[in-house]
Amino acid sequence: MQVIDLAMRYGDKVALDGLSLEVARGSITAVLGPNGAGKTTTLETCEGYRRPQSGTVRVLGLDPVRDRRALLPRIGVMLQGSGAWSGARAVEMLRHVASLHAHPVDVDLLVERLGLADCGRTPYRRLSGGQQQRLGLAMAVVGRPELVFVDEPTAGMDPQARRDTWALLEEVRRDGVTVVLTTHYMDEAEQLADTVHIIDRGRLVASGSPTELTRGSQVSTIRLVVTRPFPPGAPASLTAALGPDVVVRLIDELSLVVTGPADASTLARVSRWCEEQGVLPESLHLGTRSLEDVFLDLTGRELAV
Amino acid sequence: MSTFTPQPGAAPLHRMIAAQALMETRLLLRNGEQLLLAVVIPVVVLVGGVAGSERVGLSFSDPAVDMFTPGVLALAVMSTSFTSLAIATGFERRYGVIKRLGASPLPRSGLLGGKVLALLAVEVLQALVVGGVALALGWNPQGGPGAVVGALLTALLGTAAFASLGLFVAGALRAEATLAAANLVYLLLMAGGAVVLPRSAYGSFGSVVQWLPSGALGDGLRAALLDGHVAVLPALVLLGWTALGTALTARTFTWE
Repeated sequence: MQVIDLAMRYGDKVALDGLSLEVARGSITAVLGPNGAGKTTTLETCEGYRRPQSGTVRVLGLDPVRDRRALLPRIGVMLQGSGAWSGARAVEMLRHVASLHAHPVDVDLLVERLGLADCGRTPYRRLSGGQQQRLGLAMAVVGRPELVFVDEPTAGMDPQARRDTWALLEEVRRDGVTVVLTTHYMDEAEQLADTVHIIDRGRLVASGSPTELTRGSQVSTIRLVVTRPFPPGAPASLTAALGPDVVVRLIDELSLVVTGPADASTLARVSRWCEEQGVLPESLHLGTRSLEDVFLDLTGRELAV
Repeated sequence: MSTFTPQPGAAPLHRMIAAQALMETRLLLRNGEQLLLAVVIPVVVLVGGVAGSERVGLSFSDPAVDMFTPGVLALAVMSTSFTSLAIATGFERRYGVIKRLGASPLPRSGLLGGKVLALLAVEVLQALVVGGVALALGWNPQGGPGAVVGALLTALLGTAAFASLGLFVAGALRAEATLAAANLVYLLLMAGGAVVLPRSAYGSFGSVVQWLPSGALGDGLRAALLDGHVAVLPALVLLGWTALGTALTARTFTWE
């Protein structure tokens, strides 16, 4: 799949501003960015719902608008939001979509794999948000497509549903299906994706594997969680204790993150500071740069806006 | 081959249309309000009309049940192909069903074909119920090829005309507005559109309502089932409305 120099605007609002990216066959590719970055517009243009205003899109070598009829059976689409009759029962809906394909996946197996068996006879409108999303994912993969587009597959899901969804996407990829997903969760991108495209304000700001994106500097993070709230002025006094190379960011009253050279002497100074301040560390976690840090570095803004 | 190994392909078109028609029919019949609109109201109008005209001593050239039944059948066609279809399609747009199906192998023609078959299936059910009640009330319809051809032709053309107008409303308005408009138009046409009562009951206004799709549908079915012949003008009027509705729908309908 190829997107070349795609630009889209709605009225005055620029949704995509010369976006180019590629997706390799058989990979899981995450399009990562904050809300409003242009993720859904990108996906809907690749799915043929929107005609590119300028630029080129090719999916499986086809033009999604001109060759739509030839393309549709070969792709699976999971929309953000519903996409089912409110009165249709969960399994009934999935069977219907399956019946539109020549060689659908066994519906019972899919229902079981996604934990939808308990709500199989529940009308769509009474399913929980997570159940609706899992049904949406099932509808996207049931036709044995070559490529699936999933838009925010786990937004608002509980942890178990999230793990089921991730496991299914990994299985789908293992069986040779290309997966393109949008997300604003960096843990989702880190966990699942072979390639991550970070987009912001309709432009590509970085591409690479999660490791490539997070490697490449000595900077690491130390996350400190304590048992009682920090005393007032804690960030300033910790910064003074550690020197000018580090940045201290208070997360909440019980935890903070130190970004800088995470060497033994920094660790020792952090624990000495705790002793001086009379706070007891509950955990001291050493980490490398996360995708969130990468995004912050590239755009100067937090990802979860 | 593993579970998800790609093996893409659309089902044959006839199978897709059959699946779509079956699904839509089930959903139409599952919905309580739709069932009220489709079966209960026409039966109430039929029984009420026949009983009421006897009580107030209203007299027509034909027995009341013979006069009312074609009109009530026309009302049933109108309720399904216009009101039910518009409301269902309005909410399909709202809930992203049409968008979802737009990404499936089902082509637009298949979606439309499925909808039309579902409408016809519901109309057959309605005709069985209304016809059954009418026969129990002593209905004595015209037989012969003119009656059969006239009734089927008018019902099909009426379905086409009202369905194209219903899709136009559903495509142009939001779901709630569609719900209100489709019900309002139904009530207005039921009262003043020469569906149930013949045009002669409307006085000089009767020459206007023959150009409405409701009047044409009622006229056509009365001509067939009361007089046993195929009425040409109502058929042409319905064709005209179909052309208008189709053109409007094609210009305005969006899947979102």
